[in-house]
Amino acid sequence: MKRVAVIGASLAGLRSVEALRRLGHDGEIAWVGAEKHLPYDRPPLSKQVLEGRWGSERLFLRQNYDELEVEFHLGRSAARLDERFVELDDGRRVEFDGLVVATGASPRQLPDGRDLEGVFTLRSLDDALAIEKKMQRGPRVAIVGAGFIGLEVAACCRTRGLEVTVIESAAVPLGQAIGEVLGQCVADLHRSRGVDLRCGRTVTGVEGTERVSGVRLDDGSLIAADLLVVGIGVKPNTDWLDGSGVDVDDGVVCDATCQTSRPDVVAAGDVARWHHELFDESVRVEHWTNAAEQADAAVRRLLEPEAEKKPFVSVPYFWSDQYDTKMQMAGRYRPGDEMRWVERPEDASGDDKPRLVALFGRGGRLTGALTLNRPAKLVRYRRAIAERVSLDDAL
Amino acid sequence: MKIVVDFDSCQSHGLCTQAAPEVFEIRDDGFLYILQETPGEELRAKVEKAVRECPTTAIKLEE
Ligand SMILES: Cc1cc2nc3c(=O)[nH]c(=O)nc-3n(C[C@H](O)[C@H](O)[C@H](O)COP(=O)(O)OP(=O)(O)OC[C@H]3O[C@@H](n4cnc5c(N)ncnc54)[C@H](O)[C@@H]3O)c2cc1C
Ligand code: SF4
Repeated sequence: MKRVAVIGASLAGLRSVEALRRLGHDGEIAWVGAEKHLPYDRPPLSKQVLEGRWGSERLFLRQNYDELEVEFHLGRSAARLDERFVELDDGRRVEFDGLVVATGASPRQLPDGRDLEGVFTLRSLDDALAIEKKMQRGPRVAIVGAGFIGLEVAACCRTRGLEVTVIESAAVPLGQAIGEVLGQCVADLHRSRGVDLRCGRTVTGVEGTERVSGVRLDDGSLIAADLLVVGIGVKPNTDWLDGSGVDVDDGVVCDATCQTSRPDVVAAGDVARWHHELFDESVRVEHWTNAAEQADAAVRRLLEPEAEKKPFVSVPYFWSDQYDTKMQMAGRYRPGDEMRWVERPEDASGDDKPRLVALFGRGGRLTGALTLNRPAKLVRYRRAIAERVSLDDAL
Repeated sequence: MKIVVDFDSCQSHGLCTQAAPEVFEIRDDGFLYILQETPGEELRAKVEKAVRECPTTAIKLEE
């Protein structure tokens, strides 16, 4: 393969470029990234950056780019994919023999209010720095969506002593991701730290002219706010693939080996949807570790198309830091899965940190594990999930 | 090959222990322990994987 183009210059893109060189690709690499920054790490944005503890200088994922020998197109986005080239937004054509799609995802917006001053979504470094600046002025904060981003922002606000209301349409936070019982534990954690958490409520309108003054809820109440952070999920960045022959369905559709419907194109990271053989379901995983691991698998597939097809079966892993609590999860949870306690929150003794360990299962098999402040346990369960251990044996 | 972990950055994610269990271990106290500070060359690929998978880039290799 003479020339590989990598589209997207964040974690999955960087790990793809690194894997290309590590696995011996000595041809050219063209690397296109829409942001003007070199690849940086996103998880600290909703943690250390919004707590006001870290500036941007600690976030960059790599220092030395010379040895990677890439042709950089930073601050440019891919507008269209053709047979043998990618057309950039300035009309330039970047040719390739093989292509890695690593364009990630972008936040969903509320239908109105997005142009008002003080209304933000959080995905990029620029978003985080703008929100942090606003926080310094001691605003009243409203957050729409009690997903991971919303909850982490809420935790940062409380740590800084700001008043914060979180509005969530479901009955508990994170219900889709971790189930109702554990979602309730997360709700308790935030309420105990002074978050005004309103579940089962939806936002019907954003109030304000020029700048935001509050949000209106479906029960008629008005939450006053000078800072509104919208965390209602993301949408994979695939518009540029329209008409390219690469199939898209809530993400770039890949086979079990990260190859798309075009043999010269692979995908990795938040943008990729593939058939996960271990869980026998179609998945798209929006977590750090997946982006890092999948880039490796996708690049292997691209460089060795004739090699034995190895499915990408890494067990999903994520963490989230809220206050002094580290939540970690391995595997998958789907509504309806069975849940069993290994350690209940009320078993915790000694210090006041919440601790819990819970397992998920499907058809008697262990498919997921979630812990609060129990890192050693999680490591073991992640391995057990990969080994298809039964739920009974895991306990 | 010498392993150096920045314990201020390490957040006990434990991904290194999965990439290279011969070298890294998280014990029940929740802390990371290094089992061999200068592992043999046969472990290099695993250790390099651990370096890449650590979400806080806490692990460094000194030759
Ligand atoms: C605030 C925040 C906190 C997070 N915290 C955690 C956490 O605690 N734990 C965890 O496991 N995960 C966390 N994540 C998720 C994790 O950061 C993502 O899974 C990871 O960034 C995915 O990497 P990626 O490279 O696939 O996509 P992205 O990071 O989304 O990068 C895609 C890049 O491609 C660029 N791009 C898009 N379209 C184009 C185009 N047409 N042409 C060129 N470039 C394009 C984008 O600008 C972007 O730079 C967090 C994410 C955010 C935003
Ligand atoms: S992967 Fe990194 S953060 Fe996690 S335990 Fe290992 S060194 Fe620490």
